[in-house]
Amino acid sequence: MKKSVLRAGATLLALSLVGVACGGGDDASGNGCEGDLKIAFFGALTGDAGNLGINIKKGLDLAVAQHNAENADNQLVVEAYDSQGDPDQAPALADKAIADPCVVGIVGPAFSGESAAVNPKFEEAGLPIITPSATNPDLSKNGWDIFHRALAGDDKQGPGAAAKIVADGKMKVGVVDDNSEYGKGLADIVQESLGDKAVELNSLDPEASDYSAIITAAKDAGVDAVFFGGYYAAAGKLAKQMADAGVTATFYSGDGTLDVGFIEAAGPAAEGAILTCTCAPFDTNPEFLKAFQDANDGENPATYAAEAYDAASVFIAAIKDGKTTRADILEFINGYDAAGVTKQLKWDETGEVTGSAVYAYEIKDGAIKGIGLIE
Amino acid sequence: MPDWLIIRTFWDLTVTGLALGSIYALVALGYTLVYGVLRLINFAHSEIFMVGTFGSLLASSQFLNIPLLEDGNYPYRAGMTLIFFLVVILIIAMVFSGISAVLLERVAYRPLRGNGDSIGAVALAFLTAFIVSLIFIDDTQVNVIISLVLTAPIAYSYLRIFKRGRKAPRLAFLISAIGASTAIAEAVGVWGTHGRDQYQTARILEKKTVFNLFGTDVRIDYVIVIVGALLMMTALTLFVNKTRLGRGVRAVAQDAETSRILGVNVDMIIIVTFALGGVMAGGAAMLFTLVYDQTRFNIGFILGVKSFTAAVLGGIGNLKGALLGGLVLGLVENYGSAIFGGQWKDVIAFTVLLVVLMFRPTGLLGESLGKARV
Repeated sequence: MKKSVLRAGATLLALSLVGVACGGGDDASGNGCEGDLKIAFFGALTGDAGNLGINIKKGLDLAVAQHNAENADNQLVVEAYDSQGDPDQAPALADKAIADPCVVGIVGPAFSGESAAVNPKFEEAGLPIITPSATNPDLSKNGWDIFHRALAGDDKQGPGAAAKIVADGKMKVGVVDDNSEYGKGLADIVQESLGDKAVELNSLDPEASDYSAIITAAKDAGVDAVFFGGYYAAAGKLAKQMADAGVTATFYSGDGTLDVGFIEAAGPAAEGAILTCTCAPFDTNPEFLKAFQDANDGENPATYAAEAYDAASVFIAAIKDGKTTRADILEFINGYDAAGVTKQLKWDETGEVTGSAVYAYEIKDGAIKGIGLIE
Repeated sequence: MPDWLIIRTFWDLTVTGLALGSIYALVALGYTLVYGVLRLINFAHSEIFMVGTFGSLLASSQFLNIPLLEDGNYPYRAGMTLIFFLVVILIIAMVFSGISAVLLERVAYRPLRGNGDSIGAVALAFLTAFIVSLIFIDDTQVNVIISLVLTAPIAYSYLRIFKRGRKAPRLAFLISAIGASTAIAEAVGVWGTHGRDQYQTARILEKKTVFNLFGTDVRIDYVIVIVGALLMMTALTLFVNKTRLGRGVRAVAQDAETSRILGVNVDMIIIVTFALGGVMAGGAAMLFTLVYDQTRFNIGFILGVKSFTAAVLGGIGNLKGALLGGLVLGLVENYGSAIFGGQWKDVIAFTVLLVVLMFRPTGLLGESLGKARV
């Protein structure tokens, strides 16, 4: 954890270095790299949703480790930029990544809020990104050539979640969000898809401790389900306080909540919660599952790990194909069409991946269980 | 009566608002006491609260060895065991907060007060060097060595600047307060076992409904919070009004220089003041973890801002004002979010503060600690 102080210091240094780098000529094409090429992780490794970033980094690490083991003469390095998922901290780190000529591709940015803040910078620098997790639908509508995502966006997840809630026979659904780019975006889509079954319960502050006012409103509305758009730490607090207040409504949430951190924070109140994700269950691909377990002491890959592995694999394929500049790699990705461990990896012009599966998960006996595709 | 959300859920909002308001009030006491005595806004007080929540976390997980879950359920205790555990957690939280408040005064404020305090200057110099070197070097041992080497010259210059009789400008105290606040929170965020993540505290109190208030179920934890906070505040008021040390606190608040001439040990009284504020924050921290079962390195930030607001709302420097301000703020936030929606909560709270200050610039009760009646 001490690294984050170093990073805070590094951020300060980066701020000053950026000036130097910008003055030193435009090296954004990536030609100035001396040493091994780098694939960067960009997202939260610490902070309120750090677990999700750690999952992503593990997938990326695995792909790079496999490549390095097979190609002694072409070693790659993983560079991690820990933004804490904070749109305010991300821009300085993005400048740092852009200034490093060895960084030729980014797996990330992990979250939608930070993506909106830094993707314009990556676009300007021509640095290709494949996000394994940022699902806000608006991200693909900016005309960014560098933008790709390895899973379907919330314009697919939202209707999927709403379909699941309706299929479960819920008649009155309280919709809450955490006011983040991702959370509010997803909650709005779910609310729209639910139509008159939805009761808007407004936003909560994910940093706050007390959600009693929103819970009182939920109780008053007599909801039989609550959908929360946001990340797992706040979701856990909300689910727990709901149970404490005697609200028996089923708790629904999206991919930001799909983490053991939710179960830790909510305790027994997490039981029976239903979570959706456009990410594939961890056992979709047995070969990947085994490789991941071998590399992580038998641990199963968690949310987004497989998507991150896919994203990294595309960059690695480009580098193996002899592409070493950001521009060449970007062109390679845009023309890519091959099977990954989660899905066929082929992007349209906006950077959306083909295929739109939404999976449902349930919290049962204190663990996340996949309960299949949502039709 | 119109069928509005606030009217339908009025008593529910009142109970939860009073509970959170009681916690605001307890923390607000710390701001108000220190302001009353030193005319200093101790922005690091929010971190004293945070240290208290970690005190109660350590008390339950390490000292009392309570697991987070037992057979998939909360580790509920009952009867005398429960009371004993709660008292132990409360005392440990108070000790943590009290000691850290006194240390804070020693390290962050006393060197600035111009008393030629060499121990404080050395400690402050060491901390300065340590924090600065942390930014550049990622190795604790090396950091300590560098800090030790740099301590002497920095301490010397601190002493030069703040030698006897030269008090630092008011702004320096403010910067020192903000710096101490950041340093404490970041230290926990960086070195804590969970880093910046949330920590769960064991829930030993089953949150049963104890009685029904106009159709609203009132939970036992809310009752304990409200009653506990009132008891602690009563004890504090009695201490300040009835004891010798309390008289000293009031005397220094009225006029520090005259008190000194008349034989009051002003430095001692300041330590007592910080300790009192710290103990109250520790009590608030224990009650907080009782209701919310969680904490994290920056838990004090929002709560600290709210409590400071409560202190100003009630009249900063006024003990009863802190109580009134805390409760009013807790209620206004809850009622406001029922009327305008949850995302307006903070806007409403601060609008109320502004309006009150417009008509009563010294807060609702507006009387300072020094002028308080015995």
